[in-house]
Amino acid sequence: MDEREIEALKKSKEGYEYGFADEAEYGVTPVKGLSEEVVNQIADIKGEPAWMREFRLKALKIFQRKPELTWGPDISPLNLDDIYYYLKPKGYYAHSWDEVPERIKRTFQRLGIPEAEQKFLAGVEAQYDSEAVYGRLKNQWEEQGVIFETTDQAVKQHPELLRDYFATVVKPDDNRFAALNSAVWSGGSFVYIPPGVTVEIPLQAYFRINARSMGQFERTLIIADEGSFVHYVEGCTAPVYSVESLHSGVIEVIVKRGARVRYSTVQNWSSDIYNLVTQRAIAHEDATMEWVDGNLGSKVTMKYPAVVMKGRGARGEILSISFAGSGQHQDAGAKLIHLAPDTTGRITSKSISVADGRAGYRGLVQVLPGATGCKAHVECDALLMNRESRTDTYPYIDVHEPDAEVAHEARVSRVSEEQLFYLMSRGISRTEAVSLVVSGFIQPITKELPLEYAVELNRLIQMEMEESVG
Amino acid sequence: MPMLEIDNLYAGTEEVTILHGVSLTLDAGEVHALMGPNASGKSTLAKALAGDPGIIVKSGKMRFMGKDLSALNPDERARLGLFLSFQYPPEVPGVTIASFIRTALHELTGEETSVLSYYAELKEKLKQLELPEDFANRELHVGFSGGEKKRSETLQLAVFQPKLAILDEPDSGLDIDALRIVAESVNAMRSPERAFLIITHYQRILNYIAPDRVHVMVDGRIVHSGGAELAKELEERGYDWIKQEFAGMALPSEEQDTR
Repeated sequence: MDEREIEALKKSKEGYEYGFADEAEYGVTPVKGLSEEVVNQIADIKGEPAWMREFRLKALKIFQRKPELTWGPDISPLNLDDIYYYLKPKGYYAHSWDEVPERIKRTFQRLGIPEAEQKFLAGVEAQYDSEAVYGRLKNQWEEQGVIFETTDQAVKQHPELLRDYFATVVKPDDNRFAALNSAVWSGGSFVYIPPGVTVEIPLQAYFRINARSMGQFERTLIIADEGSFVHYVEGCTAPVYSVESLHSGVIEVIVKRGARVRYSTVQNWSSDIYNLVTQRAIAHEDATMEWVDGNLGSKVTMKYPAVVMKGRGARGEILSISFAGSGQHQDAGAKLIHLAPDTTGRITSKSISVADGRAGYRGLVQVLPGATGCKAHVECDALLMNRESRTDTYPYIDVHEPDAEVAHEARVSRVSEEQLFYLMSRGISRTEAVSLVVSGFIQPITKELPLEYAVELNRLIQMEMEESVG
Repeated sequence: MPMLEIDNLYAGTEEVTILHGVSLTLDAGEVHALMGPNASGKSTLAKALAGDPGIIVKSGKMRFMGKDLSALNPDERARLGLFLSFQYPPEVPGVTIASFIRTALHELTGEETSVLSYYAELKEKLKQLELPEDFANRELHVGFSGGEKKRSETLQLAVFQPKLAILDEPDSGLDIDALRIVAESVNAMRSPERAFLIITHYQRILNYIAPDRVHVMVDGRIVHSGGAELAKELEERGYDWIKQEFAGMALPSEEQDTR
């Protein structure tokens, strides 16, 4: 650990609070439920071009005829008619940190985002309720031609660029919740990296749910042009509510020839939220896509980041960590779709189940006809903390080329008494010893995360451990 | 008041009693060696002192710094100043030696040391033990050789500076150079406030660390105690004579053993 790391650790231990909510001043009187009227209202408020309105309305029809999911976790308590689909914070749209209202700054402070890190973060895209309230790009990026906007803004400011790629990776009819998102989406980030440009500092976005029963339907689109590189980071912390709520984002990434994109996210939705997200990337020739995916919060998460390797020599890597505490079901996983020859993929999944929590891996490795010389490696480790903890592994493998090298390893382990005794014999309490073993277990993934996320992840897991082991 | 007082200790696993009435007193400033053939119960005594949950104390007393050890968890014992150098320390993947030692040090001292002074100290100790700097960046015991594990334990001993150090077979798996380094580290730590209990099968390490007392354990009992010269005698004559010589001693009956 270096000094900055320690500093961040200290800060995260102080002042980190949960379960608070500001009274956001909403621009429209919100209406619950989903209808053509609501969708039109969203398009009206945003002043969107006709094509987007049509896209939304078409998606709504698709959603309405899509059957309920017949697999995966139980999401039946989720009442889609009891959700607000659009809320707009009034007048909170700032171009510099000074313009960000004090009240919102306070919220970020309470979220434990250290002020000192602002310098490091450089450009922060923060989504407050349904829309970003603060967006700023460092000058050098603007000079490089990098676009980093809310998707709402991009619809107006970069209509042609956006339209060329929007919904090309995740189509509305992809799945029920992709259709829902397509109909009511709001916020999210639009990122374009021009050819050959390397973005040195990660682009970051913080956002959170801040109203009772409010849905969050962000739509993120990242395009990395040929030979470029970007690391995009997104994380969220939500206050605690007792009413069921929904987060259903769609994230699309296009990685062009020779480019590399890393997308890191740690979700920590409050334990009453259904987190149903579609994340998919297309990797062209010699391109690399990396998903780093941390799932801590929510009641139920269904999230399977995918890389479609479309060009020869493309690479896909997915690191997934999920933590299921009491009452939680993390149905996380990953997908590697090999469409082109000589493509390589790797999935590393780590899950931790505590108390009656259920964390699993659901994954797909597909090698399609013509995709010769492909390699895929899947490793999934599960750590069970208690007798009633549960883990499930559903590794689907579908290979159509005989020369494909596909390996799958799965391990289930428990924290050993021998390890705990050893750590305790060094003065470390039992609870802390458990946290140490667990943080070591997920270290292959936390080491890939930006510092503040790694610290937060470890801190959150420690808190969960104190509750369930203590 | 002695630092450590073991009085008629019976202990073992749930099924088997391994220690059959061990008594031992250790004062601050002393170095005692506990010798004995394999499976005589030496490691069981070390584990009982440190609070291994796999070892059950059936009767007798263990007092350390005036406190009844049986009433304390392993971490509480460590915070009182008791340290056990494990014969086979387990692997803890993903946790570096540096971060583990820092966490433990914080728990042991209750103090927040600055990162810089911590690393400066760690660096110095690594140098003393002739370990490369990146040793501390390795994951705790993952893929370590027997010798490396001993070095890790010795490094911890040097950093934690406990009141009582119990070293369980600190010499096994070490070549002669490594043995010298470990012994030098222990000798450097000898002080009127600190005590050592060195558990060993062979006399080898005692050529480097001169013990004040030597105890011989056979079948879960300390059957003989003496000065440093006893270790030499055991080296020359082996353990058989002692087994024979003390076999006829008045030992607790089998009924007592199963108390």
